[in-house]
Amino acid sequence: MVNSKSAYSFAGKKQKPDTHIIVVWVDNEAGVLARVVGLFSGRGYNIESLAVAEVDQKQNISRITIVTTGTPQVVDQIKLQLKKLVPVHKVADFKREDKNVIFKEMALFKFVANNGNLNKAFEACKNFNPVILDKTNKSNVIQITALRREIDIMSKNLKKFGLVSVSRTGAVAMTRGSEIFK
Amino acid sequence: MPKLFSGAEIVFKCLEDQNVSHIFGYPGGAVLPIYDELKNFNSIKHILVRHEQGAGHAAEGYARSTGKPGVLLVTSGPGATNAVTALTDAYMDSVPLVCITGQVPTHLIGTDAFQECDTTGITRPCTKHNWLVKDVNDLAKIMHKAFEVATTGRPGPVLVDIPKDIQFQKSKYKNYKKNKKLNGKSHDNYSQKNIDELINLISKAKKPIFYTGGGVINSGTKASELLRELVYATGFPITSTLQGLGCFPADDNQFLGMLGMHGTYEANNAMYSCDLMINVGARFDDRITGKIDEFSPKSKKVHIDIDPSSINKNVKVDLAIVGDIKSVLTTTLKTFKKSKNNFSKSNKSQISNWWEQIQKWRSKRSLDYIGSEETIKPQYAIERLYELTKDKDTYITTEVGQHQMWAAQHYKFNKPNRWMTSGGLGTMGYGLPAAVGVQIAHPKKLVIDIAGEASVLMTMQEMSTAVQYNLPIKIFILNNEYMGMVRQWQELLHDKNYSESYTAALPDFVKMAEAYGCVGIRAKTPEELDDKIIEMLNTDRPVIFDCLVDKQENCFPMIPSGKPHNQMLLGPKDQKEKKITGKGRTLV
Repeated sequence: MVNSKSAYSFAGKKQKPDTHIIVVWVDNEAGVLARVVGLFSGRGYNIESLAVAEVDQKQNISRITIVTTGTPQVVDQIKLQLKKLVPVHKVADFKREDKNVIFKEMALFKFVANNGNLNKAFEACKNFNPVILDKTNKSNVIQITALRREIDIMSKNLKKFGLVSVSRTGAVAMTRGSEIFK
Repeated sequence: MPKLFSGAEIVFKCLEDQNVSHIFGYPGGAVLPIYDELKNFNSIKHILVRHEQGAGHAAEGYARSTGKPGVLLVTSGPGATNAVTALTDAYMDSVPLVCITGQVPTHLIGTDAFQECDTTGITRPCTKHNWLVKDVNDLAKIMHKAFEVATTGRPGPVLVDIPKDIQFQKSKYKNYKKNKKLNGKSHDNYSQKNIDELINLISKAKKPIFYTGGGVINSGTKASELLRELVYATGFPITSTLQGLGCFPADDNQFLGMLGMHGTYEANNAMYSCDLMINVGARFDDRITGKIDEFSPKSKKVHIDIDPSSINKNVKVDLAIVGDIKSVLTTTLKTFKKSKNNFSKSNKSQISNWWEQIQKWRSKRSLDYIGSEETIKPQYAIERLYELTKDKDTYITTEVGQHQMWAAQHYKFNKPNRWMTSGGLGTMGYGLPAAVGVQIAHPKKLVIDIAGEASVLMTMQEMSTAVQYNLPIKIFILNNEYMGMVRQWQELLHDKNYSESYTAALPDFVKMAEAYGCVGIRAKTPEELDDKIIEMLNTDRPVIFDCLVDKQENCFPMIPSGKPHNQMLLGPKDQKEKKITGKGRTLV
């Protein structure tokens, strides 16, 4: 063991991190996103993606969906710390592997290419509900919805068809079936 | 048409309705309308400090010695940033504070106006919650909510930032009725089943220990009484964190002393070897646990805490009971008495071996030190201070460092709310302003700041506050001319390279006392110490006591870095027996 020159202890054994999707219902007020995000950065938690928008205009409730990685202990802490924030109403936590939950991200792709390649690009997106949002004779913008990894792969593979710009959202999530999270 | 009040008036109406009698503060451009109203509210007394950090620590001292929230009022920009240290300190040690800051007028926010800063942005990570008031009609609601958030659940600091134009604008004010319902973040969340499980563990344990913390004190004096009742009813040993001192009488035989980095040998070994650990309102801080992987490896752990996020944060526990200590202990005692009457007698044989073992550890006398007739040993100074003040109801505050640990080890506390120290954040300069706050809350009581000469210089200007308000606080400085704890770590961990830990140009504290208009006393030898302390106690004015102590003394026992509880460094007496040389120590 190395001689410590510190008055703090060494880092202990690390558990294996998992990817979790944390959904937070908050009052839509000034600074609320900074509180949530500041909690993550201040305590050294990870944010892989983030999606936020108001979902209930009457009660001013926003829904924040955060994709994060952490050990079970860290994920527990994230939930408990979030629940302590005054504007937070409830917190849900899903594992990415959870079959009962739908996860979706949206991406916009801009292609600049000849007609042949533009068609090929659209064809390649077939499995991900492609919608053409804009089209000129040398470019188009395609919207797809898919999982994070699928979009990762797509944005790599589509380069050859003239993909010049990618814009994507963070993941949003919803449970399957008739139940809602209370 | 209802009467309209200005924002500034509403601030004071709220403070009145919250039964606030004292606020600590410092005026400035952005809070002038509020200061202008002060004259119209006689029930609220303003204490003018000399630095906003002092206002914060004074409010902390006030809060911790009374159990009521402390209130501070400061201006925008530098006023707010100066208060940040105190807010963070209060956040770490769960002290209820309400900080009111002025802000530049709303139309100037974001323009880099004079004395503007993003106060809510800066203080977001060091408050439980904060508000920027953008509409005077929200002001009263926010003020009352601020008090509610600060005092319910796990207490902590909150901040209300009020732009200057809002302070002038007018609105209605409805008298406040206290809402009994808590804010939903703090309610008890345990069941009778949890309590039954706890009692089952208690009845089976052969090597049990209570490990108690500041949560007991925050839960009110009743919680301390209940804790004592439970500890006596079980006959179990009890140890306390730095913040928990006083919730159980330190001179009781069941008390093993403080645990942790500078805790006693018996407390730390008992924590390491126990089979049942009952954590009551403590948070498994790293100064307590040492090396986490080897922390109390064989025990079942029970954690009673009001803050769900404290559970399993650092140490995984077997039974979590989330709730207010007072409520949990009430239920536990009720159930316990019903099912286990006479437990401490009937259970005596089951834990007798454990007590024998504890007595063996105790016989090490780990707080002993080598006395001296020439120089004052710092431990001796605290012991004498304790002996000469123990018959009075004394309030002790401290700064941070060796003197703080010696005070925790050698001053015996028998009541809660008598011990104010910066534990979590470790803020040098906490003790003097905290003493000001304590003395404001308890004008007739003896208030002593056990200080180090380096710490006390950080907030020395507050002596001027003490003199202004005739606060007879006693600043008892253990003067070794070093930042003692820094020097100790450099000796033990950095090959005696005393880099920048010696203060070469210290002021003459006696003359300084005179310059402030208070009394200076100096003690140089053990022989004169008692007389000088008595002279200090007999002085009904603020006193700076310059106690010149041994410069090389180290604070033992000590758990060295990265070591578990059962590998403690003991004092020089024990080390001599074990023939550990100076060189061996630096290798730790």
